[in-house]
Amino acid sequence: MNAPLLRVEGLVKHFERPRSLAQRLTGEKRSVVHAVNGVTLEIQRGETLGLIGESGCGKSTLGRSILRLIEPSSGHAVFDGQNLSAMGASQMMRMRARLQIIFQDPYASLNPRKSIREIVSLPLHLHGSGSAEDNNAQVEQLLERVGFRPDQFDRYPHQFSGGQRQRIGIARALVSRPALVVCDEPVSALDVSIKAQILELLGELKVEFNLTYIFISHDIAAVGHLADRIAVMYLGEIVEIGNTMDIMTNPQHPYTQALLSAVPRLVPNTARTRTVLSGDLPSPLNPPSGCKFHTRCPVAMPECAVLSPRLNPLKLAAAHSVACLRSDTHA
Amino acid sequence: MTSIQTASTTLSPNASTAESPQRLSWRRFSQDRFSMAASVVVLLFLLMAIFAPWIAPQDPNDSDLLRRLQAPVWMDGGEWAYPLGCDALGRDLLSRIIFGSRISIFIGAAVIFIATVVGVVTGLLSGYMRGWVDTVISRVVDILLAFPYLLFTIGLMAMMGPGLQNIILALVYKEWVIPCRLVRGETMALREVEYIEAARAVGASSLYIMAREILPNILSAVIVVSTLRMAHVIILEASLSFLGIGVQPPTASWGSLIADGRSYIWDAWWISTFSGVAILLLVLSINVASQGLRDAFDPRLHE
Amino acid sequence: MNTMSIAKKQTPILSIRSLSTQFSTPAGVLKAVQDVSLDVMPGECVGIVGESGSGKSVCFASVMGLIKPPGEIAAGEVLFDGIDLRKLSPEAMRRIRGKHIAMTMQDALTALNPAMTIQQQLLEVILAHDEDIARQSYWDHKRLAQARAIEVLALVGIPSAQTRLKDYPHQFSGGMRQRIMIAIALACKPHLLIADEPTTALDVTIQAQVLKLIASLRRKLGMSMVLITHDLGVVAEQCDRVVVMYAGQVVESGLTAQVIGAPKHPYTRGLLRATPRVEDLSAPVRPIPGTVPNLINFPAQCHFYSRCTVRSDACLEAIALTRNADGSEVRCIHIEEN
Repeated sequence: MNAPLLRVEGLVKHFERPRSLAQRLTGEKRSVVHAVNGVTLEIQRGETLGLIGESGCGKSTLGRSILRLIEPSSGHAVFDGQNLSAMGASQMMRMRARLQIIFQDPYASLNPRKSIREIVSLPLHLHGSGSAEDNNAQVEQLLERVGFRPDQFDRYPHQFSGGQRQRIGIARALVSRPALVVCDEPVSALDVSIKAQILELLGELKVEFNLTYIFISHDIAAVGHLADRIAVMYLGEIVEIGNTMDIMTNPQHPYTQALLSAVPRLVPNTARTRTVLSGDLPSPLNPPSGCKFHTRCPVAMPECAVLSPRLNPLKLAAAHSVACLRSDTHA
Repeated sequence: MTSIQTASTTLSPNASTAESPQRLSWRRFSQDRFSMAASVVVLLFLLMAIFAPWIAPQDPNDSDLLRRLQAPVWMDGGEWAYPLGCDALGRDLLSRIIFGSRISIFIGAAVIFIATVVGVVTGLLSGYMRGWVDTVISRVVDILLAFPYLLFTIGLMAMMGPGLQNIILALVYKEWVIPCRLVRGETMALREVEYIEAARAVGASSLYIMAREILPNILSAVIVVSTLRMAHVIILEASLSFLGIGVQPPTASWGSLIADGRSYIWDAWWISTFSGVAILLLVLSINVASQGLRDAFDPRLHE
Repeated sequence: MNTMSIAKKQTPILSIRSLSTQFSTPAGVLKAVQDVSLDVMPGECVGIVGESGSGKSVCFASVMGLIKPPGEIAAGEVLFDGIDLRKLSPEAMRRIRGKHIAMTMQDALTALNPAMTIQQQLLEVILAHDEDIARQSYWDHKRLAQARAIEVLALVGIPSAQTRLKDYPHQFSGGMRQRIMIAIALACKPHLLIADEPTTALDVTIQAQVLKLIASLRRKLGMSMVLITHDLGVVAEQCDRVVVMYAGQVVESGLTAQVIGAPKHPYTRGLLRATPRVEDLSAPVRPIPGTVPNLINFPAQCHFYSRCTVRSDACLEAIALTRNADGSEVRCIHIEEN
């Protein structure tokens, strides 16, 4: 098997709440949010890894930590054989040409004072080796590919709709010819019909530009359609990972089962068994002991409050890993 | 590829030309009649200051004791050559007011310009870099803010001695903290917005981000505050001159004119009054214009 | 949940007839809602599906009397239990709003006042509308209102309601805030609940909880409901009937099973094709090309023309809504060819 394009090992990101003077004096312990709590995974070149989970599960933080937009607390990421975590600032800046991100909010992710040409040209100014005319030609070509006419190149973001702005964001991410693109909820803020357009565009561009995607979304159906493999996160940990078909048709982890069950179906037939989780997500400041999901798990056993299950491959399907004490895995 | 047709079909209504947000704001400003009128008045004062030697009817320093405390033209004893009357040394009041505008406007503009540049740079550094840079700058700002403006400035003038340069310096010492605090706050807010993160994601340096991503977006707020502060500085300069520690005679500043006329307020009321009216008009116009600027540039009112 | 069968003699609790709402902009008149008619029967849940620009939110803001200049209701009637809401004075409308018709908004964090405790917000509504409580003496009415507040919070599933009354909205999670908003809406036992995107901002598992709650409350209180959403899956599972809106007009309506299972209008079909389905990953996802047209000074033609795959020159006229025998409606002249 080829070496993976990206290998993440034990990535951890903790956010510490700064203590007030009074708290420091009384020796109160720091409150820590374990946003990403030890994630290990591999991504092959050319695949789309879907990252699903609900708010607070750490998927966005994970995506940003891999790119070192947020500095990880520990662990490392190896991209194309190079250890990203060990790089100095200028070397990392140069690497950014190859590791890009598409943001969620089409309104906040574009500088309102710059024309779309200027926005998309920036990566080339910083990294590009060609002449100004070559760079400009590349920018124009890409803008046209994502659907803009030449008379629109010098317009400003506020003159475009949400879907169009997201296309600008996509062009900006791709202009430096990256190998890996983190798509952080790229279609969540868009209407249904525009969502489908952007998903189609992302799919086409992946083939044309030979890209590898980490597709972060809470829209499980969208991820199911685009991703080759899916990782499910809960409170900072991956609880299940495997091929899309396996995960969607044969989910092993109770959380994955609940997630899939909660997605409304278009078939207006209410005769399906649904697991509706009780209670709210526990606070990430004070996660439960043992298996983090045990407080809401419909099939929790007494051991689940004590032992933390590790992510292990299933005995019957090595490509499918689950972190659950009930699963039949290679411990 | 269907994608190509999709984006091009419809644009939002006001997208006829490549109209940048700045141009839109200026257009809004030009539609506000009060602000435009006030801007015209400010412009007139500016022209008056620039063309003072040609506009003023007399030499402001030409002293003729025969005309001592002469009344304005519409009163007994007045004449057209000296329309607003004369001061205690027989100098034409109108000419002194016209030349006085040079002092007020020059000092106002110089102080604001220097203070804004210093304030913007320190505010950007402080707001974006955070850490010890922010701590140091913020403490300096806090200390300076703790001193009452006038007392501080008087103290500085007393130490440095009178003179145009010293007045400007003294006023700048305190004034720069205003744009600094504003810029720091705006920078801290903008820092978290996604397009700044996007700039970092494509590999932009901190310097680039501060200068080319953040600064253009806070410039309008800075301009608005600076124009408003200019009015304040003009009044401060007048106060300093009134107290005798501003510009020295024979140079006329509006403040010193008011001081000169103080002793004669009951008989030759025109000396202090018209000088005060000049300050009033200029400051009022600047305030109205800057309010209009603020309304035109404030994205929250219009988006 | 199907109440259509015997309902022929029932009068609708809400009847919108030919409602048109428009906004005056510097560029022209924007007809946000054009000639919309729909009925909600007692006890029924009607889903309103549409994307941005469809006019779905403006339509129900008009029903609630919440449209302010430069917007205005240009034509039409809004009959609630037989009373034309448009003809009411602002004071009379205010009495109906909150008490008989309640509305919840999409984002609970911004819809709730962050500076007031939930107790204050609940009491505000209860004391404003409940005449029985208001009639009591000063000491009693606050106590009674408080009891009602606790009752309704427990109804929506807020644990330890009594202690949590004194908390502020930001101290609750998103799902809890949505429940609080529902509680405020239900505090005066309205006959009709208009829920504007009640679960759009929520995680999918919380969405499932909230939808389950809404369904059970409807059954318990016998309440009618209008569920405004862009999520076809939510509509498929919760609603008896569906009304599909596009660019200010109703383009299709009918029983949920019919509209979702066998859609007639090209837009509805396009929407269903463009929605990825978790239950059928092999079904191709086909986007609808183009974007919603600019409704300012829009000509009288089919609004979906620019994006339709089965259009013809005949579609360049104003297309009327055809009503079929089974009560369903479509606004298209090309349904046979689909």
